[in-house]
Amino acid sequence: MDIDMSMVNWARAQFALTAMYHWIFVPLTLGLSFLCAFFESIYVRTGNKEWRNLTKFWMTLFGINFAIGVATGIILEFQFGTNWSNYSWIVGDIFGAPLAIEGIFAFFLEATFFAVMFFGWNRVSKKFHLFSTWMVAVGSNLSAVWILVANGWMQNPVGMVFNPETARFEMHNFAQVIFNPVAVSKFVHTSSSGFLFASLFVLTISCWYLIKGKHIQMAKRSIIVASVFGLLSSSYVAFTGDESAYQVAQRQPMKLAAIEGLYKGETKAPIVAAGILNPKKHPGDDQDPFLVKIEIPYALSLLANRSLNSFVPGIDDLVYGNEEQGIEGVAPKITKGKKAVNNLAVFKQAQKENNSQKAELSLAKFKENQEYMGYGYLETVEEAIPPVAISYYAFHIMVALGTFFPLLFAVFLFYAMKDALTKESLKRWLLPMGLISALLGLIAQESGWIVAEVGRQPWAIYGLLPVKISTTNLAAVNVQITFFMFLGIFTLLLAAEIKIMLKQISIGPKEEL
Amino acid sequence: MISNFDYATLQQLWWIICSIIGALFLFLTLVQGGQTLLWQVAKTDLEKSLVITSLGRKWKMPFTTLVLFGGALFAAFPKFYATSFGGAYWVWMLILFSFIIQAVSYEYRKKPGNLLGPKVYELFLFINGSVGVLLIGAAVGTFYTGSNFTLDLFNRVTWDYTLMGINLRGLEAAFSLFNLSLGIFLVFNARILGALYLLNSIDLSSIPDLESRLRKNVLTSFLIALPFLLYVLISILLMKGFSVDNTGIISLVSFKYLSNLLSMPHLLVLLVLGILLVVYGVISTSYKQSNKGIWFSGLGTFFVGLVVLCLPAFNNTAFYPSKLDLQSSLTIYNASSSMYTLTTMTYVAIGIPFVLAYVVYVWKLMDSKKLTKEEVINDESY
Repeated sequence: MDIDMSMVNWARAQFALTAMYHWIFVPLTLGLSFLCAFFESIYVRTGNKEWRNLTKFWMTLFGINFAIGVATGIILEFQFGTNWSNYSWIVGDIFGAPLAIEGIFAFFLEATFFAVMFFGWNRVSKKFHLFSTWMVAVGSNLSAVWILVANGWMQNPVGMVFNPETARFEMHNFAQVIFNPVAVSKFVHTSSSGFLFASLFVLTISCWYLIKGKHIQMAKRSIIVASVFGLLSSSYVAFTGDESAYQVAQRQPMKLAAIEGLYKGETKAPIVAAGILNPKKHPGDDQDPFLVKIEIPYALSLLANRSLNSFVPGIDDLVYGNEEQGIEGVAPKITKGKKAVNNLAVFKQAQKENNSQKAELSLAKFKENQEYMGYGYLETVEEAIPPVAISYYAFHIMVALGTFFPLLFAVFLFYAMKDALTKESLKRWLLPMGLISALLGLIAQESGWIVAEVGRQPWAIYGLLPVKISTTNLAAVNVQITFFMFLGIFTLLLAAEIKIMLKQISIGPKEEL
Repeated sequence: MISNFDYATLQQLWWIICSIIGALFLFLTLVQGGQTLLWQVAKTDLEKSLVITSLGRKWKMPFTTLVLFGGALFAAFPKFYATSFGGAYWVWMLILFSFIIQAVSYEYRKKPGNLLGPKVYELFLFINGSVGVLLIGAAVGTFYTGSNFTLDLFNRVTWDYTLMGINLRGLEAAFSLFNLSLGIFLVFNARILGALYLLNSIDLSSIPDLESRLRKNVLTSFLIALPFLLYVLISILLMKGFSVDNTGIISLVSFKYLSNLLSMPHLLVLLVLGILLVVYGVISTSYKQSNKGIWFSGLGTFFVGLVVLCLPAFNNTAFYPSKLDLQSSLTIYNASSSMYTLTTMTYVAIGIPFVLAYVVYVWKLMDSKKLTKEEVINDESY
């Protein structure tokens, strides 16, 4: 088949654009929905109207954010069909199910109770209103479950078989798809990172109020709840991050090698805590991958295999093979893959011509190399390597920030418990740090997304289906136009969102009695 | 029991489930219809707020139903999802674009510092209600009129309809009088439903002008929709259809859809009942001053939608026909997921009635009191 790489790259760019925009708003929705539920629970328990005002204020910001999250989300689901129709056909039998379940069970929960949450204050009982707020939080996070089941399956395809008759993958074990260990670790890591980001968001706005000397009581109360939630969730993010990295090491060793900048595999491998990559480094050459680096001995072996003395393969081992370690290189996989692709084509043609003997023979040959089929579409062995620099820096930025956040929340909680947040000295260091923390959280969020998706390249379905054969047979100009349409409208809406949010923050909570 | 269903039963069941979701969406286009009425029926800021707030409490329902419609088709009929969304690229992209701009408009329209001003957000709502619904109608119309695609051995879609050297990728659907008529009918039907819904949900006792404008609009929208509906219905009865024989060969057969209706009399009954209910909703509102028309016209729209989606799919008919290569046409049997996936999804679908139950419960709870002027002034509003 002819592959239009221009179309593939524009489709890639469009998916990255829409997903990254969507990912600005979604983590905030995941966490802020729970924070609103916490605030309202305190109000219902204490009956204190100030907590109600505080809840309503955060709900207003939640609503503004939620709307644009919904707007940027609809295109993602349908983009699988519009730009990636070959993908939709080849894996739709498995991939479609979690998306449909997300619609049935998560979106309706959100949509139904969202109306009560915003307009039901005087229409339903206090307890039913609180229940609705909780349902919005549950619905939002349930949505994350299903989309991450789908994404987890792309990273670690399980529970399916390839059916040569239909030339697609078909599900044969739904439980394996749902309880895919990558999906489980992705969900817990991603949703808790959303809680963390929302806590930072609350921290940022509350710090601004404290610096300005406005709405002090509300800001202090918000900080206490956000610090507790943030400390718990950021600690959990670190814990699940470790599990997530372990899953990557076990299922996607090439991704791990890329995010660590590891070219030559090592036993007792150290982890690079910080470092600058050598931009002239190419796979297979003898140059040092790093200009400078700080390492933690044994840590990568421990993280990847839970064993200090284990071998962690590098990019060169995985690409060119390492006999000593029993690692097959990409070249023989490509050879076998091309055989599989050719035999499948012969099989399909023979079927069309009703030549059963030829069909049977080609099918048998296809099955010999079936598992390498995806490699048959790669032209060079280096094509199997994801972009190293982007993956490496994104991963290290995420980890560095992820390590910083628990400390930040702990310090805020410490001063909040001592009721010392209004101390003048804090205005010089802690409050400004809190002020920029949401921005740092956003950087960490987007970096995490880059690690997951750029590190998956060149595969749409890891090891089975390359991105470049997943696209729609469509002239690149169409995707270019829609790319700029989305870029324009999303940027415009983001600008509107930020302006509205800033205005609402400057107005502050309404003092209702 | 579900595990004993045969493959064909599951395929048919899933087409019915998708059709129910699609028909529910058509009922819920009351929100889109209401959006197109805004400038016509609401003359003051307060009236606008009432209309937008009333619709705004429901805007996520059609949106979510549309997303579910897409998701269900993806899960149950992935070949259709891939062929239609990838092939008729521009129709779907423009539909999606109209829903993107809708999603923020309610929340942002009245908020201070909204960058674009309320009029632009109102325009977004109008575009969603008019262009969005029109194109959905045109896309559904292609179930009857066919599309310009071929599928290769690996089911990769090639779309081929050029105008002045440009491949229109589905936009040509709007050039068919049938597709266009279906689209226009849906736009005006949505306006009927929108006006009926607003009459039902807003306390209009102190704003008689708004009430009379809404009642007037029910009738005028109906009178505009009627010729398009009649054209669509007569065309369906007379047109050739895409029939599948026992060996799977697809051919054009005269009066196919008429024959489908006669072979499936329950669809004929639903169609007649649906039209009568829509008409009754309009008449009871326009001449008997009823405020309950939405339930009759809404149910009627649901029935008509169900028939429109089921008629081209059952009785050995290709529901997504190709005009370029008849044998590339999609049927519910060659476009579906595997038996395992359909069985699994059927177990999942047991949850749908529970979802519907809480949606209805909360809808009733929230709409038990009509929306008043005072509420819009004093409480949360759009």
